[in-house]
Amino acid sequence: MSAAHAPARRWRPPPLIANPYLRYALLVGAALYLALALGSVEVNWARLSDGWARGLRFVSGFLEPNFSRRWDDIVQGMIESLTMTVTSTVMGIAISVPIGIGAARNVVPRPVYYVCRSIIAVSRSLQEIIVAILLVAMVGFGPFAGFLTLSFATIGFLSKLLAEDIEDIDPAPVEAIRATGAPWPSLIAFGVLPQVAPRLLGLSLYRLDINFRESAVVGIVGAGGIGATLNTAIDRYEFDSAAAILILIIAIVMASEYVSGLIRGRVK
Amino acid sequence: MLTIAGLSKRYAKGDKALDDVSLGIPAGQVVGLIGPSGAGKSTLIRCVNRLVEPTSGSIRLGDTEITRLGGAGLRRARRRMGMIFQEYALVERLTVMENVLSGRLGYVGFWRAFLRRFPQADMDRAFAVLERVGLLDHVDKRADELSGGQRQRVGIARALVQEPDILLVDEPTASLDPKTSRQIMRLIVEVCAERQLAAIVNIHDVALAQMFVQRIIGLKAGRVVFDGSPEALDTAALTAIYGEEDWSRTIREVEDDAAEEAAAQDAVRVLRAQATPAAARAL
Repeated sequence: MSAAHAPARRWRPPPLIANPYLRYALLVGAALYLALALGSVEVNWARLSDGWARGLRFVSGFLEPNFSRRWDDIVQGMIESLTMTVTSTVMGIAISVPIGIGAARNVVPRPVYYVCRSIIAVSRSLQEIIVAILLVAMVGFGPFAGFLTLSFATIGFLSKLLAEDIEDIDPAPVEAIRATGAPWPSLIAFGVLPQVAPRLLGLSLYRLDINFRESAVVGIVGAGGIGATLNTAIDRYEFDSAAAILILIIAIVMASEYVSGLIRGRVK
Repeated sequence: MLTIAGLSKRYAKGDKALDDVSLGIPAGQVVGLIGPSGAGKSTLIRCVNRLVEPTSGSIRLGDTEITRLGGAGLRRARRRMGMIFQEYALVERLTVMENVLSGRLGYVGFWRAFLRRFPQADMDRAFAVLERVGLLDHVDKRADELSGGQRQRVGIARALVQEPDILLVDEPTASLDPKTSRQIMRLIVEVCAERQLAAIVNIHDVALAQMFVQRIIGLKAGRVVFDGSPEALDTAALTAIYGEEDWSRTIREVEDDAAEEAAAQDAVRVLRAQATPAAARAL
């Protein structure tokens, strides 16, 4: 009963920004900017009503996909795309692992770290399409340009995530292996790689998925594969064939997702 | 075997971890290094194998001046120093055998190590130390499948397979229950005797140290404030190391007729230690 007489001790979580004026000024400012920004987007309603019908035709193509008309092209494109995907992923991993190790602050000297981080930054800042356009200009149309593009893109993705993973490893085993007098390569092989192996496998399988999807995109700018087939179909307004291609891409991505999930579940 | 003279270590932040430490350890002697947290125990043993760079002073292992070595010379010197860690520091995802063989990495080329094609002589050494620490049945188990005591045995095997001259042991029992702690300490002391290894054992448990080591060095704020036999470690010495406290129940009973009582007390301590986690959960 006596507790009821004591005044309730109130508690609120401390705010992120202590100064209330600054806090509310930032909130109001953000809301104002958002409203102005949305207002500046011009919408052409006439064009929208025209395109609506076209878009509907595209979507209705999905209701009756046509696999047979371009079947030979589709098979050819799929084989190219899958080849491109597998080879570029393998090549990308082979290059990414050394760069990823080099970009981990805790296992290499500073100069190596900066060089490897720069390579990653370049690879990440150039979007696949831009690289593909450049490489098609350099090596010509076809899947070889796609292979180079996807290998290059894999480096930025895999090296960065691997490096971040290596920076998070338990330092104790590394110290223990260093204390045995192990040379640096053996230190990496025994102290570092076993700790990141499951994650490296998971990332590689994930990148395989991404590379397959990207192979369809880079094909549109001339780098071969199923993307080239898809582009032709859309250019000729064969939306039913385009739908067939997209359905196949979705099916393959889902299948590879399922398989990589199984593999990752088994490796712990 | 090991001679340390005028060793000091000042960290970048400016705090002095070691201040003019000098000591010598002959082959076969096991030294317990005690002192409060932050006294520099860990820094001291890491200076010996240069996982931490000393600021000044000299460390000699046999005829080798450790502080001047670099690159390959340092790695060769590290091969002669086996290190055992508090949290075992095993590579969890590797097998027991791989963890033990990692003690040979200083001797084996990269490709042989990477492909796990170690020379037969190294395999023989690994099997011999695994037999010595009693883990022959667990060769192909992954390190993370083992209990704490078993993991520390792997840690000991990894240090021994280096065929070192000295063991640097950092809080070997801090993560273990009282009974396993004694077994691990006993094992360390025994293998040091068998192989005439010098050893520095950082340890928090003063009673456990007194039970097993031949000599105790007390460190306080980076300085040696006690260096003598376990029997000489009395209330005054403990106060000098750790500060004022009632030490009467910490120090080992030396009289023979008190041994029974001590054993009984130990049993109580074991029970208490086992009961504590359960009690904590109940709360």
